[in-house]
Amino acid sequence: MNGRVNEPEGAMTTIARHLRARLKGWGGVGAMATACALALVFALALTCAGAPAGAPSRTTGQTVSHSARAQADEDCTAPEKQTLSPSDADGPTIEEIRNRRGEKRKLVVGVDQNSYRWGYRDPNSGKSGALEGFDIDLVHRIAEDILGDRDAVQFKAIPTDQRIPAIKAGRVDMVVRTMTITCARIEDVAFSAPYFRTGQQVLAPRSSPVEGYDETLADQEICTAAGSTAHAKLEADKEAGRLPASTDIRTTVPNQLDCLVRLQLGEVDAVVTDGALAASQAAQDPTVQLKGGAFTTEYYGVAMKKDADDLVRRVNRILVDFREDTTDGWQDAYTEWLSATLGDDSSRSRPPAPEYLRES
Amino acid sequence: MTHTPNGTAPPGTATPAPVPTLPAVPPQPVPAAPTGAAPPPRARRTAFAEGVDRLRGAATTEPGRLRAIGAVLAVLVVAFGAVTAWQTTDRAAAADDVLTSSRPLSSDAADIYRSLADANTAAAGNFLAGGQETAASRDRYEDDIRTAAAKLVNAAANSDPGSPSAKTITGLNRLLPEYKGLVERARTYNRQGYPVGGAYLRYANEKMQQEMLPAAEDLYTRENQRLRDDYADATPYPWPALALGVLALAALAWAMRRTYLRTHRVLNHGLVAATAATTVVLLWLTAGHTLARSGLHDSYDHGVRSLDVLHDARIASLKARGNENLTLVARGAETTKVGDETFDAYDHAFGREMGALAEGLARAQRLADDAGGARPVSSASGAMTEWRKRHAAAREQDENGNYQQALDMVIGAKGAAGECFDSVDENLATALEHEEDEFERAAGDGRDALTGLPSGAALLSVLGAAGAVLGIGRRLSEYR
Repeated sequence: MNGRVNEPEGAMTTIARHLRARLKGWGGVGAMATACALALVFALALTCAGAPAGAPSRTTGQTVSHSARAQADEDCTAPEKQTLSPSDADGPTIEEIRNRRGEKRKLVVGVDQNSYRWGYRDPNSGKSGALEGFDIDLVHRIAEDILGDRDAVQFKAIPTDQRIPAIKAGRVDMVVRTMTITCARIEDVAFSAPYFRTGQQVLAPRSSPVEGYDETLADQEICTAAGSTAHAKLEADKEAGRLPASTDIRTTVPNQLDCLVRLQLGEVDAVVTDGALAASQAAQDPTVQLKGGAFTTEYYGVAMKKDADDLVRRVNRILVDFREDTTDGWQDAYTEWLSATLGDDSSRSRPPAPEYLRES
Repeated sequence: MTHTPNGTAPPGTATPAPVPTLPAVPPQPVPAAPTGAAPPPRARRTAFAEGVDRLRGAATTEPGRLRAIGAVLAVLVVAFGAVTAWQTTDRAAAADDVLTSSRPLSSDAADIYRSLADANTAAAGNFLAGGQETAASRDRYEDDIRTAAAKLVNAAANSDPGSPSAKTITGLNRLLPEYKGLVERARTYNRQGYPVGGAYLRYANEKMQQEMLPAAEDLYTRENQRLRDDYADATPYPWPALALGVLALAALAWAMRRTYLRTHRVLNHGLVAATAATTVVLLWLTAGHTLARSGLHDSYDHGVRSLDVLHDARIASLKARGNENLTLVARGAETTKVGDETFDAYDHAFGREMGALAEGLARAQRLADDAGGARPVSSASGAMTEWRKRHAAAREQDENGNYQQALDMVIGAKGAAGECFDSVDENLATALEHEEDEFERAAGDGRDALTGLPSGAALLSVLGAAGAVLGIGRRLSEYR
C-alpha cells in the first residue's frame, strides 16, 4: 500500500522538479506574461466601468417589452373571446374584395395543403390541383357568402410561420389554416370567433417509451413546426422546468406534417402538435399513436388583417350560421372530414358558445 | 570512300598525336604516393587539375580534338532525341488525357448534374400530377437515376483515391439511394392518398437542392479544371527540345565545315547522316507539334467552349423547369423581395434561369461554326420563346386563382409549357452530341499528330549519333 502511495508521490515530485527546472528558464517570460495579464485586466476593468451606461439600458428595454407582453398576457386570459360581434354590414374590406374585376374577383385565402382532412390534396381525387378538407369547406362557405360563388377562391399554400406575415403584407385576405387564437397573435392580426376546439398532444411510435407530455420525454428529440403554438409552448415549458432539461426541442420544420417524415425516418422520437393534426398524422401511419391526453386547450379561428373590422364581423356571422346549419354545417363537415381521424363524437371538438368582447 | 590517306592531316603535325593521349597516366601515381595528413585536399585538387591537364593535352592534338568533337556531337544529338522524346511523350499523354480521360470525365460530371436535376424535376412534376404519374414521366425519372448511378461509378473509377473529387463522388453515392428511398416513399403514400407523400417529396427536394446538386456542381467544376490543366500540359511549345535541335544542327554544321577546311573533302558520310537524322527529327517535331497544337486548340475553341456553353444552357433550362413546377407546388408560399416589389420566389428564379438560358443559347449560336451545330440551337431558341409565352399564360391563370388551368398549362399533355421544355432539352442534347463529335475529331487529330514522334525521335537520334561517331571515327582512323 505504502509503496503504491509513494509511487505517485515520487512521480509528483519528479514532475514538480521538472517544472521548476523548466520554469527557472522562463522566469523573465513569466514576469512579462504577468505584466501583460495585469494590463489586460486593467483595460477590461476600464471598459466595464464605461459600459454600465449602455448595458443596463438595453436590459431595461428588454424588461419593459417583456413586462409589456406579460401585462398583455395578464389582460388577455381568453384570446378566443377577443373578437367583434357578428354583422352583415359591408365595409371597406368587403367592398374591396367585391370590386375585384373579372378573373380576379376571388377571395384570396391562405390555407394548408398538407393537413390530412383539414386542407390537403388527395392525389387520387382525379382533380390533381384540388384542395379539400374541413378548412377548405369553411373557405368555400365564406366565399359563397361574400362573393356569391363558392369557387371564387384563390388558395395560397402558406407555411406555418408565414401565416401572420402573409396577412400583414396583404398577400391574403384571410388565413383558414388550423390557426390557434393566441394572445401573442391577436397583437398582430384579428381573429374570428373560434370554430374548433383542440389541444396540444404528443405523437410517438407505438413502441416508444414516451407516455405523454411528462418526464418520459427526457432524452427524447421532439419535432415541432416553426412558428407553431406547440413550439412556443415547449420553449416556455423547458425554460420554466416543466419539461425535462434533457429533452431536445431544436428540430423545427416548415409544416407539422414534415415532423411525421422526420419521425418515420428516426430523426426525432416524438412530435408535438395540435391534437386535431396529430390525429391526422396518426391516420396516415398506423405505427404511430397519440400518447396521453391534450395538455392545453386551444381554439382555431379565421385570421384576418387587424383593421378589417367589417370582414371579421361578417366571418363571425357566417360562423354562427355554420354552427347552426343542420344540413351542410359544422356537424356535417366534421362527420365528412374528421370523424375518421378524431372519432364520431364531436363534442370535444365543438367550440363553446362564442363571446364577443372586443369593442373595436 | 573518296578520301584517300594521301591527304595527310593538313594543318598541325598530327603524327605525334596518338602518343600524348597516354602520357596522362604517369603523373597520377605521384599524388597517390605522398604520406601524412596533407594528401586529401591535395589529391582532390590534383585529380581535377589532372583531368584538365589531360584534356588540354588531348586538345592540342588533332585525334584528341576529333574524339572530343565526336563525343560532343553524339551527346548533343542523343540529348536532342531524348528531350524530344520526353517532351512529346508528355504532350501526347496530356493530349490523350484530354481526349480519353478528362473530357469524358468532365462530360460525365455534367451528365451527373443534369440527370440529378432532371430526376428531381420529374419527381416534382409527378407530385403535381398527383397519384396518376404518367409512364413517360416515371421512365424519365428512372432513366435519370440510372444514368446518374452509372456515371458516378465511372467517375469513381477514374478519380484518384483520397482526392476531393473522390470524396464528392463518395458523398453522392451515399446520397443517391437516400434520395431514391424518399421518392419511393412519397410515391407509395401518394398512391394511398396521404399528403405525407408530398412531405416526403419536399424532403427529397431539399436533399437534392441543398446537398446533391451543389456536390455535383462541385465535381463538374473540378473535372473541368482538370481538363483545362491537361490542355495546358498538351499545348506549350517544347522549347528545350527545339533549342537542343538547333544547337545540334549548328554543331554538326560546324564540324562538317571544320572537316571540309582540313581535308578538302566536301562530305563526311557519317556527319551527313547525322545531320539528316537531326533535321528530320527537328522538322517532325515542329510540324507534329504545330499540328497537334492546332488540333487541340481547335477542339477547345470549337468543342469544349461550345460544350460548356451548351451544358450550362441545358442546366439553366432544367433549373427553370424545376422552378416552374415548384411555383405550383408551393402555391405562393415563398416570396422574395426585389426593391419594393414582392415576387413569387420560384417564379422569380424561373425568370432568372430563363435569362441564363437565353444568354447561353445566344452564345452557343455565336460559337456554332456549322449548320449541324447551329440548327438545333436555333430550334431550342424557338422553343424557348414559345415556352416563355406559355409560362406567362399559365402564370396569369394562377394569379387569377385558376390553379387547375394553370396546372394543365404547365404539366398538361397538349400545348403545355412542358412540351417546350422537352423540345429545348432535346435540341440541346442534339447540339451537344454534334459538338462532342467535333471535339473528338479535332482532339483526335491533335493527338494523332504526335503519334510515333517520341519513338521516332529516339530512334533517329540514336542513328544520328551513330552517324556522327562513325563519321568522326572515319577521320580518326586516318591517323592510325
